[in-house]
Amino acid sequence: MSQKITSYPGHEITPEDLKASKYLEIIQKVEPKYSWAAGVAISRFLNELKEGRLIGRKCDQCERILVPPRMYCERCYRPTDSWVYVKDTGTVNTYSISHVGTDARRLKSPLLVAVVEIDEASPGMGILHTLSEVEPSRVTIGMKVQAVWKPAEERQGAITDIRYFKPFEGV
Amino acid sequence: MPFKIGIVGVGYAGFDTMTPGLSTRELMFEAASRAYADAGIDPRKDVQSFICCTEDFWEGISITDEYMPDQLGAVLRPLCTVSSDGLVGVATACMHIASGLADVAVVESHSKASDVVNPNEIMSFGFDPVYNRHLDVDPRFLAGLEMTRYLKDSGTKREYCADVAVKNKKNALSNTRGVYGTNLSRETVLASPNAAAPLTELESSKVIDGSIVMVLASAEKAKKLGDHTVWVRGIGWSSDTPVIEDRDLATAAYAEQAAARAYKMADVRAPVSAFDLAEVDDTYSYKELQHLEALKLAAKGKAGRMVDSGSFDRNGKLPVNASGGSLGVGHLLEATGLHRLLEAILQLRGQAGQLQIPGARKAVVQSWRGIPTATGAVAVLGN
Ligand SMILES: [Zn+2]
Repeated sequence: MSQKITSYPGHEITPEDLKASKYLEIIQKVEPKYSWAAGVAISRFLNELKEGRLIGRKCDQCERILVPPRMYCERCYRPTDSWVYVKDTGTVNTYSISHVGTDARRLKSPLLVAVVEIDEASPGMGILHTLSEVEPSRVTIGMKVQAVWKPAEERQGAITDIRYFKPFEGV
Repeated sequence: MPFKIGIVGVGYAGFDTMTPGLSTRELMFEAASRAYADAGIDPRKDVQSFICCTEDFWEGISITDEYMPDQLGAVLRPLCTVSSDGLVGVATACMHIASGLADVAVVESHSKASDVVNPNEIMSFGFDPVYNRHLDVDPRFLAGLEMTRYLKDSGTKREYCADVAVKNKKNALSNTRGVYGTNLSRETVLASPNAAAPLTELESSKVIDGSIVMVLASAEKAKKLGDHTVWVRGIGWSSDTPVIEDRDLATAAYAEQAAARAYKMADVRAPVSAFDLAEVDDTYSYKELQHLEALKLAAKGKAGRMVDSGSFDRNGKLPVNASGGSLGVGHLLEATGLHRLLEAILQLRGQAGQLQIPGARKAVVQSWRGIPTATGAVAVLGN
């Protein structure tokens, strides 16, 4: 309600009104369904995830290693040249501590969303995922992290085959 | 000064019932790479405007325009999406060039229909939610309504609609892009199952996958790019009311208006004798007849008889959909208008292979955006 207008004529529609069919209510469920062809690059990436590995594509012109892989280099505008395995460790590029769920409710424990730049991929190439096994207050840009994989038998060729990234414990 | 914008490059990929090996973006990359090679341009340097014609519901991703740059070479370049048929995208490119915003503009549109499990659900979702969506039937009921009214008002024999399907499916046999080419009799078409009577299944085009890319350039720039420029001499587009009940269902008023504008720009005074070929929308058999009359390529109520007498055959007075059209080649969703344009360009370049119409110099192409729309575009081309 604006500051100038303090009341509107009539009354608000109540749930009881709707139940009593006093007003027209149209509820339509639309269920479009898709079966996307993943294509060459995504298919290979997903198959490698199932094996617990990360793979990228190299562009010989700009010498970047693109992760996740693409069959074309968007900068040089040419097909990429070869498959390259990369590590499953990386560096936090940026992060957000998300307190609100998709249903607008406050989360009991916040979700740590982060962009992880993958080691051996070109700078700026990364995976959008979550962090765990770390206090939100301890997360920093530049923090070294590593992937925590689902057990092999549970992996299905999805980005969620990586459960989350946690602080890197190796050297 | 007469209107003149060059189409200097074309590329396409797909043209099959399924393209399971490639993602939409990989399919687009193939088509765009070919168009850029054809035009002799580097998209990273030479293009000032990229235009995609897509519809979120066909893609299954909302704000789908944001997913277009990489595979077109358009990262950090001016790009926009026109949520309409590809020929409307060409009109947008023409405006960008005519206004001086761009010397070179790229238009892309595609169909990845094989990714869509329930296309009817999407088409039905286009109907008015308050007045029309209560009809729980195949959305082609609208085609049935239009066809009934067209046949009545125009006095066209019902059989002539079937003749359109026979002609176009036969033409597609000679087209390397044709998926639904076949030799059929009028009787077989009429006897095929009813989709929404009077419309039968064989009079209803079937979707295929494909991506088409066009490179357009100003007249000055076009002179420097290759030697196979086809000129857009006029272009128009138009939308009728979305209120189906209010439309004149017997005629394609959108096409009539779009054509009138394009003809005026191109100074076409007698359409019936102005062109060497026409590629018009034939999503459904009767649509070709409606559109031919809207484009004044046939007098009102005479298109059917002219199909029957062979006037629109490949060797007829005015070849119409010599390519096979959507009925013969397949329907490309929002890329259907670009498909009509592609086939006409190949003819005017003399690159139509077995389909080639000798000495083709002038063409008219027309698009319709499909059910439940009343939107269409028309372009006049010359070489
Ligand atoms: Zn590169």
